[in-house]
Amino acid sequence: MSDTALPGAADPGWIRRNRQTLAPLLFLAPGMLFFLVYVILPIFQSFNISLYEWDGLGQPAFIGLDNYRELASDRAFEVSLWNNLKWLLLYLAAIPGGLFIALFLNQTVAGIRIYKSLFFFPFVISQVVVGLVFTWFYDPTFGLLNALLEGIGLAPVNVLGDPQLATYGIIVAGLWPQIAYCMILYLTGLNAVDPEQVEAARLDGAKGWRMLWFVILPQLRPATFIAFVVTIIGALRSFDLISIMTNGGPFGSTRVLSFYMFEKSLSEYGFRMGYGAAIAVVLFLIMLCFIAYFLWSMWRDERGLR
Amino acid sequence: MHSKMKASVAALALSAMAGPSLADLSGDLVIFSDMSNPAPRAVMEGMVERFGDMHPDLNIELTIIDREAYKTQIRNFLTANPPDVANWYAANRMRPYVDAGLFEDVSDLWAEPEIAENLASTKGAMTIDGAQWGVPYTYYQWGVYYRADIFDELGLSEPTTWDEELANCQAIVDSGRACYTIGTKFLWTAGGWFDYLNLRTNGYDFHMALTNGEVEWTDPRVRETFANWRTLIDMGAFIDNHQSYSWQEALPFMVNGEAAAYLMGNFAVAPLREAGLGDDQLDFYQFVQINPEVELAEDAPTDTFHIPANAANKEAAREFLRFVVSAENQTIINGGDALGQLPVNASASIDDDKFLAQGFEMLSSNSPGGIAQFFDRDAPAEMASVAMEGFQEFMVFPDNLDDVLNRLESARQRIYE
Repeated sequence: MSDTALPGAADPGWIRRNRQTLAPLLFLAPGMLFFLVYVILPIFQSFNISLYEWDGLGQPAFIGLDNYRELASDRAFEVSLWNNLKWLLLYLAAIPGGLFIALFLNQTVAGIRIYKSLFFFPFVISQVVVGLVFTWFYDPTFGLLNALLEGIGLAPVNVLGDPQLATYGIIVAGLWPQIAYCMILYLTGLNAVDPEQVEAARLDGAKGWRMLWFVILPQLRPATFIAFVVTIIGALRSFDLISIMTNGGPFGSTRVLSFYMFEKSLSEYGFRMGYGAAIAVVLFLIMLCFIAYFLWSMWRDERGLR
Repeated sequence: MHSKMKASVAALALSAMAGPSLADLSGDLVIFSDMSNPAPRAVMEGMVERFGDMHPDLNIELTIIDREAYKTQIRNFLTANPPDVANWYAANRMRPYVDAGLFEDVSDLWAEPEIAENLASTKGAMTIDGAQWGVPYTYYQWGVYYRADIFDELGLSEPTTWDEELANCQAIVDSGRACYTIGTKFLWTAGGWFDYLNLRTNGYDFHMALTNGEVEWTDPRVRETFANWRTLIDMGAFIDNHQSYSWQEALPFMVNGEAAAYLMGNFAVAPLREAGLGDDQLDFYQFVQINPEVELAEDAPTDTFHIPANAANKEAAREFLRFVVSAENQTIINGGDALGQLPVNASASIDDDKFLAQGFEMLSSNSPGGIAQFFDRDAPAEMASVAMEGFQEFMVFPDNLDDVLNRLESARQRIYE
């Protein structure tokens, strides 16, 4: 390492002198390169394509901000935006849901591992299967839901056929695996809860909700943060369930931005690449708010540790 | 049936010899096909085998791609890695590729007497800007498939006029059934209903003008079509919750007798038969006349073969197209044991199947108005998707009609500019 190691060589070469800097750079390079080519570059390409009218075949024609102007008056886009908001808000229910199941399962009973894996099961199966299961559950003629409603004397509902209800129906289907995901995050978090603090709190007379709120939850902060991140991102990426359960319908009432983008640019009746890219840009800007917040809070936490 | 077909095949083979000379073809012939379902796949493989036997020096490479995936992949391979022959659809569905110069002009084939005389009925569907861009290989009729046993039970007969249709439907509704099953989850089935109601109310020329963007969607004639549609909706003619079903998921209503009829393409016959409906229970009638002043016109979607403009072996590709549309091949591939559809060549023989026979009869002699492709092939893709979504909304909430039509009209002004 030191320059005196080789007394014969007066000038030990540039590489040798800068090893400490070069090594991490070299290790980072493959990751950085792929990140650049497959993430950063496409973002700017999307920005660029969104300024063109292009069917993916012929010559793109530059039209400035026309795609965005059209978006402003596009009702299907408005519906998608509102649905995205519904997803963002309601999907967060997965966090308390996962927390309470985790608290409930965080005990030592014979066979608890089996129960834990059963609760985790919905996260393991594919979203497509989840979508199909819920589609059949909601089916207006032979679905279990209407059989149950009938059993307690209520009128049948066609959840996925009703434009007012369909989005909520899909979100409920999405919550099923997402709660399992949050649960597993909290279960690992609960392992790290300091038993001495719990003991001390108990001696001070804390129990029930107060114990949870003032002693357990603060220690679960890292798990909550990760659960929040994956849930927000999961809500914004919701695509497979919509595609399987309603295909965006009835009459476009369950579209979200990602689905609308796909429909406009890549589906059978689409191929408006510019317009699809404009939707992608809007979706990206929304995600950027959250990503910026996540990065900022991580940076703040790390600085706090130093 | 088999021996009869063989005899006709032999006869046709003789006549085919007199046709275009069989040039010695060599090199590679690359074919990309979307005929991925089991029966079409066997047909495609059989065609390649027979064509290969005729041209032993030709090395044929066949790639079969999933039918749905093909719809997006075609855009990539036509530009990047073009085969010599590719499947696609007729009418406006070809337009993006014709406009982008990716399909070869094959008007020379259509000028050959063999094709010009025998394929006249589909020439219009293959023509864009005065030239032909491919050849058809099969088509099928649309119409009303109905439960003959339910009609008998209620003492009904096949209707021919709108009043008879409505009277029949009222009787069916009164018996506690729906007149028509339909599944509009994927929208296009509603396009079929709009096609027929509009063709019958306003005629073929108006329908084509509308799908070409030359007529306003808020036009009173369009409203009349929707008013006829609404008559059926208000009667309770359609099954409930159709927006939640695909066309296949709507079949059980007909099989179980909860609905009496289905406006569909001939491809619905196979699953209905498989579900246990015998030929005595299942029958077909042409969509009834609504406005006596317009001539009857039909939907008959046509599937096609094309030569990409950048193909390497166009000579062999042209020969393959000639082979595909030849009367002999048309008889074989459209038989009941193969595609079970209608041959495009007028000299080909029709399989001995009552639905195919009725369909052929209807299209060749009782469709004077013209033959449309289908809503999503006649209209540009984007207009079709917006419009079919509107049709679905109208079928669920007929009161939203004004809103739907205004939306379609603003889409029309943007899309066809």
